[in-house]
Amino acid sequence: MDVDDIIATLHKCFPDWESPQELSLDAEAVQYLASVIQNQGDWVKHRSTSLYTDPFLLEEKIQRLDKEELVTLFTAVWNPVIELEQLSISSLAEAMKYWSDLAPIDERWQKFGPMQVAAGATTREELVKLRILAEKTFFEELENFWTELKQRVGESEKIHYWDFVGADTYKETLDRAYMTSFLVTYGYATLEMHPLEEEVFIKPFGKPRSELADNRMVSVPISVSHEEWMRWKEEKQT
Amino acid sequence: MTRKAYYARKIKRATQLLFYKRHMKPGVKGWELKNALGSDYPKILKVLDKHLEKLDLQVKTVFEGEEPTEKPTLEELNRARFFVTLRGGLPSKDAKMMGWRIDDIAGLAVAISYIISKRGKAPREEVEDMLRSKLPGWRVDMNLNRYIRAGYLAEDENNMLYLDWRTRAEVDQKELVGLLLGTET
Repeated sequence: MDVDDIIATLHKCFPDWESPQELSLDAEAVQYLASVIQNQGDWVKHRSTSLYTDPFLLEEKIQRLDKEELVTLFTAVWNPVIELEQLSISSLAEAMKYWSDLAPIDERWQKFGPMQVAAGATTREELVKLRILAEKTFFEELENFWTELKQRVGESEKIHYWDFVGADTYKETLDRAYMTSFLVTYGYATLEMHPLEEEVFIKPFGKPRSELADNRMVSVPISVSHEEWMRWKEEKQT
Repeated sequence: MTRKAYYARKIKRATQLLFYKRHMKPGVKGWELKNALGSDYPKILKVLDKHLEKLDLQVKTVFEGEEPTEKPTLEELNRARFFVTLRGGLPSKDAKMMGWRIDDIAGLAVAISYIISKRGKAPREEVEDMLRSKLPGWRVDMNLNRYIRAGYLAEDENNMLYLDWRTRAEVDQKELVGLLLGTET
């Protein structure tokens, strides 16, 4: 690569550059040029060492040599490492002591068979405790939640979404938002949206409206993120 | 204790440490020798090397990374690994005694010299192609893996092959290249 020529070109064009982009492109070119020179330097250095061999020449030589010749050559420069492994009386004695101190495998790896328990009847409370059954059925819980909504709304007919869903912990807030979504889906309540004010209200119905569940199903995404919950909590405190 | 008795005891201990395998890899690290023999261990190894010469064996030092061009410092020696190797090579017919087939040794010679010619690293594929010209395909992969397991070659995640610690300990690379290029073909 003609480095002088490239440097001369860069030098000639340098006064014409004005914008930082043009100058940084120039700097980049100089940097790449420096790395080319470094690689060329390494290459020349390696070629000048006694270990330099033309790979093609070596490949040619290897191809022409037969196995026996190659092995004869290699074994002349190959000095394998000497490594011995041998038992001594003291290591045998130590091993014997270890063996006699070693507990039988039955003791070390005790087998834990399945515990035998007599079959018997279980109660609902036990199943609830084991989380096999929920404490209340889902619809019982939904009806309770609906009653709570009606009580919270009172005379005013509707309640701000966050004022109903929001709770002391974020986990509880998520649980309430989840239950609220079912209140709306199953016709226990409806949502009133005020897009301009970015407000959402929940309006409970006096009686569940099953026709709502069948017709005009619309999905309303409401974000209940941790940040929004924090914002609601701060506003509530002030 | 006389000076002679002191060195005789230390040489005996150095012989035990160097000859018997203590770890997965053979050989002893410089700092281990320093702990066992004291800080004048390079001197003790020199005397041991003189003794071994009569048996055509030698104490070989393999440095971490590149071999220092000047006299190594104690710090470099402490980080190096020391082995006992043959001194003057072995007759090719004896190579069989080491459990290697003639094909295996020829393949190792080819792989090592090819990697040397490629400045110390070469793609595995290229080495495989080279070996495949003389070895059956099924042996090529098996042999390369065997060289890697034995510590002659190392392979990185990009399938590049390098010379590993055992080649640096056992093979006189300069002489190998010289012999190969000097052959009349």
